[in-house]
Amino acid sequence: MADSSALDALVDQALEGSRRAISRLMSVVENGGPEARVALARLYPHTGRAHRIGVTGSPGAGKSTLVTELAKVYRGQGKRVGIVSVDPTSPFSGGALLGDRVRMRDLALDSAVFIRSMATRGSLGGLARATADVVDVLDGAGFDPVLIETVGAGQSEVDIARTADTTIVIELPSAGDEIQAFKAGILEIADVLVVNKADLPGADNAMAALRAMLDLGQAQTVRHHGESVTIAGVSAEAGSEQDWATPLLKTSALRGEGIAELARAVEEHYHYLAESGRRQQYHRARVEEQLRRILRQELLGRLLVRLPEAELAAAVDRVATRQEDPYSAAETLIARVS
Amino acid sequence: MEKRIRVLIAKPGLDGHDRGAKVVARGLRDAGMEVIYTGLRQTPEMIAEAALQEDVDVVGLSLLSGAHMALVPRVLELLQERDLGEVMVFVGGIIPDEDAPALCALGVRGIYGPGTPLERIVQDIRNAVGQNG
Repeated sequence: MADSSALDALVDQALEGSRRAISRLMSVVENGGPEARVALARLYPHTGRAHRIGVTGSPGAGKSTLVTELAKVYRGQGKRVGIVSVDPTSPFSGGALLGDRVRMRDLALDSAVFIRSMATRGSLGGLARATADVVDVLDGAGFDPVLIETVGAGQSEVDIARTADTTIVIELPSAGDEIQAFKAGILEIADVLVVNKADLPGADNAMAALRAMLDLGQAQTVRHHGESVTIAGVSAEAGSEQDWATPLLKTSALRGEGIAELARAVEEHYHYLAESGRRQQYHRARVEEQLRRILRQELLGRLLVRLPEAELAAAVDRVATRQEDPYSAAETLIARVS
Repeated sequence: MEKRIRVLIAKPGLDGHDRGAKVVARGLRDAGMEVIYTGLRQTPEMIAEAALQEDVDVVGLSLLSGAHMALVPRVLELLQERDLGEVMVFVGGIIPDEDAPALCALGVRGIYGPGTPLERIVQDIRNAVGQNG
């Protein structure tokens, strides 16, 4: 059973800023189970202060380097910076190679920076199940902002948008034509869109393609047969935020170019969230979703244990021999436990 | 609970030969461990600080420079200072046999030269961490 007084003491030490306690508490929440619940219950009232900045993009887009450069800007402003960096777990061995610190060596000895590497441990949305909890630990310990780096994301790993206040999506020059940019998924979650490695050829084409995609989403006034006509943005019906125009920026993390502008755009987004009241609104939506997710998981778990293994095996047999289809078999089993 | 063994693989000192470190990192990954790889030319302070932030169970140091008698004791000392005395430290690379007793006396729990089977390192780590998963 979880020793709650020891865990309470650990949480208190972490909140006071003990780096050893912060680190151990992160392991507790990452490993899950009853200990994590006890610790999170004590931690939770102290969270919610940090600006959570997500950084996502394809493998090799320059996420770690950009995170490092942004962290340096915030350090220059005297802020204490938390970084949580996620890399994939092997679906075969369960192991992981977490290599983002290699790019973050400039921050390695800064005692106002805390870097934690996480493996996805089976999650597929670009973050680990416990990433938000680990971010909570940094938040509670007074790190603000907290930068969250996702795994190398393709098109649909969008969990970061549910965790971060501000999501930066990094694209590369020559990452595809404008049809790629129109596809659903990762570009839809960008609060700030960046073309990194702008020192490479193709950067201007990428900027133009992304610009065209962004403009379609914004309401705009055009001249049509001499008359001024306002065209609603295509995302207006979807009820998405019309009052924030996603900025498109060019950076070269390697050369340190465009970083100050990026930091400024992130800051502006944060102000926008606060002033428009969206921060509270989004926060509430995220909490609802998290609660629903926990409920699904727990209800499912509790119902499934009531299902006798033998009946499940019998159903598998019936479906495997095509005496019954899988949906009907599932209905029968559900009727058995509900 | 999904506890995994976490290992920091680091190369202290100035030699640039990281093949051994990468082979071990890859082998431990394939054995189901979470390996934090920090790259070349780490100072003992950087290694101890990374071990602290990552809450690792194990630190593996790879040295081929001959500076192990200076760097390894310093890493051990800095780990102690951070209340990380429990962390299993092993060393790989080129370590002359006559230096092994002194390193072990300081608290190094394994010394693996070229040609060491990965299974042995994996097993030693599992034994040390007290986990057979």
